Amino acid sequence: MLRYVIKRVALVIPTLLGAAALVFVLMRLIPGDVCVVRLGSSGGTFDPKAIAQCHAELGMDRPVLVQFADFVWGFLHFDFGTSMWSGAPVTSEIWARLPISLEIAILATVIAIAIAIPLGAISALKQNTWIDVVVRIFAVGGIATPSFWLGIVSLLIVLDVTSALFGAPWMPPIEYVPIWVDPLRNLSMAFLPAVTVGYRYAAVSMRMTRSAMLEVMQEDYIRTARAKGLINKLIINRHALKNALLPVVTLIGIEFAFLIGGLVVTEQVFNLNGVGRLFVQAVQNQDYTLTQALVMLTVMVFVICNLIVDLLYAWLDPRIRFS
Amino acid sequence: MATNTGTIGFTAIASEDVGAQRASRTRRLLRFFRRELLGTFGLLTVVLIAGTGLAAELLAPYNPTANDFGAMMEAPSWQHLLGTDQFGRDLLSRIIFGARTAMIVGLSSALIGGTIGLIMGVGSAYFGGKTDLILQRIFDVFMAFPLIILALAVVAIFGTGVQNVIIAITIPLIPRCARVVRSSALAIREVPYVDAARALGFGHTRIILCHMVPNVMAPFLIMVTAFVGQAVLAEASLSYLGLGVQEPVPAWGLMLQGGAEEYASSAPWIAIFPGVAIVLSVLGINLFGDALRDTLDPKLRKR
Repeated sequence: MLRYVIKRVALVIPTLLGAAALVFVLMRLIPGDVCVVRLGSSGGTFDPKAIAQCHAELGMDRPVLVQFADFVWGFLHFDFGTSMWSGAPVTSEIWARLPISLEIAILATVIAIAIAIPLGAISALKQNTWIDVVVRIFAVGGIATPSFWLGIVSLLIVLDVTSALFGAPWMPPIEYVPIWVDPLRNLSMAFLPAVTVGYRYAAVSMRMTRSAMLEVMQEDYIRTARAKGLINKLIINRHALKNALLPVVTLIGIEFAFLIGGLVVTEQVFNLNGVGRLFVQAVQNQDYTLTQALVMLTVMVFVICNLIVDLLYAWLDPRIRFS
Repeated sequence: MATNTGTIGFTAIASEDVGAQRASRTRRLLRFFRRELLGTFGLLTVVLIAGTGLAAELLAPYNPTANDFGAMMEAPSWQHLLGTDQFGRDLLSRIIFGARTAMIVGLSSALIGGTIGLIMGVGSAYFGGKTDLILQRIFDVFMAFPLIILALAVVAIFGTGVQNVIIAITIPLIPRCARVVRSSALAIREVPYVDAARALGFGHTRIILCHMVPNVMAPFLIMVTAFVGQAVLAEASLSYLGLGVQEPVPAWGLMLQGGAEEYASSAPWIAIFPGVAIVLSVLGINLFGDALRDTLDPKLRKR
């Protein structure tokens, strides 16, 4: 196992370095000079001296390789520079918005798994019955529905239902309150966005659970378990579900990327001031330092997530670590 | 004389062969329609939407960009079947023209990204060794970016608009296709006829294009179909964020951006219908894709 862990961790390093190089190059592909944009937005004239000074300030007069090393070194100790738009350190900009996004992401994952695994398993066990059909329609719908539209429609329903029930429309709060300060307010804010983002997540995991379960139920060892007279509940819980969940674990890790993408859009719908919204603002304001920090951060989260999933998979399935 | 009859005989056999092939293809197609009801429904939906996009000028009752300030936020009626938006534009016409935008972005991103990925994937498997290793690492790096995040980063550089949105969505699709195609192509490289082609002195391009590519068509078609759905969704998301297709081009995501949330309670049709269009088209593409996978993938066909 240790050898596998070392091998897998070693694979992460070139990927992250490559991603850093890609982001570094992409940000330098932007047409025009950052310093011209900067000085232009403050109304200054394009004095070559001022531009040279700005280049020196940003370290752009140094060799490209030195700049890249500096860029990577900055990331290694979480120093992303300052936002070109607000002037505040990028780290503090992100840090302030992280809790809300993190909470929605975790809540969405929990909701998705809680729905997907039981429903997917039942759907497989009752293949081609009405339950199966309903679950499959639910799953296919989840993959086709854009999260932002689901968000808009769910807000619409909440507005209509609350105004019909209480006479006045109710909207989920926008301001973030930590869950330990006011749990009710916190959850009423995070619940709808989490469901909106989690629907796709649930749909994909459900399909995976269903097909994995169908495959496992045809294995020889299930037939053996049946033949030796084991009760159905034990066969399903101990033998089938445990093995069927392996591919689902992988999928949950991979789908985390879609979750991040979903957050970018969903936070916009619910007017939540999270990292996803910050990303959109950074792109809109052409704030390149903030954009590159956020892209790199997403990549890091994604790569580490996949690493954890792979290690978990190897731990659960001995065939992987010995191959 | 003898050669002449020989040629005629040969031609007759050849045309018979082609005829038989065509017949079996029709039979296969008919079998697909009979067996895959949901897939057929999906295909019909896609054809309908693509047709709507193509014939938008003929079908749309109004100009999609014309404002009618006398008819702002009107509820669906016989005059405006799906109502009007906050600028008095006819929603049905905008949805019809939006189908064109969605199909242009969806099909071109999927086809361009898929084809580049196909060639890179097969090439990577064919050459193997260092080329394969380097290409694989490059794919790894690109795969580390979630689709919408990489698309947003590309938009940040190139700017918004239909063409840039296509570029932004195409780039993340390339490694995703290359990965899948490569793993199928690896098995084909070991098949004797590739060795035979090499022994006959055929060039790399010819072997890749004529001998390997046709054999990875099944996974390629499955991927490209899935990509069309993903691209339509990504375009809608980017446009919704204001970072995709720009006004006045009618696009479904864009229609949800403007007043959809603001007027959600007073004019819910503005928020509902464009979303229904997105869901229906992506649903159709996915249902067709699933059926295609079940038909083309022999592993699944057995079940």
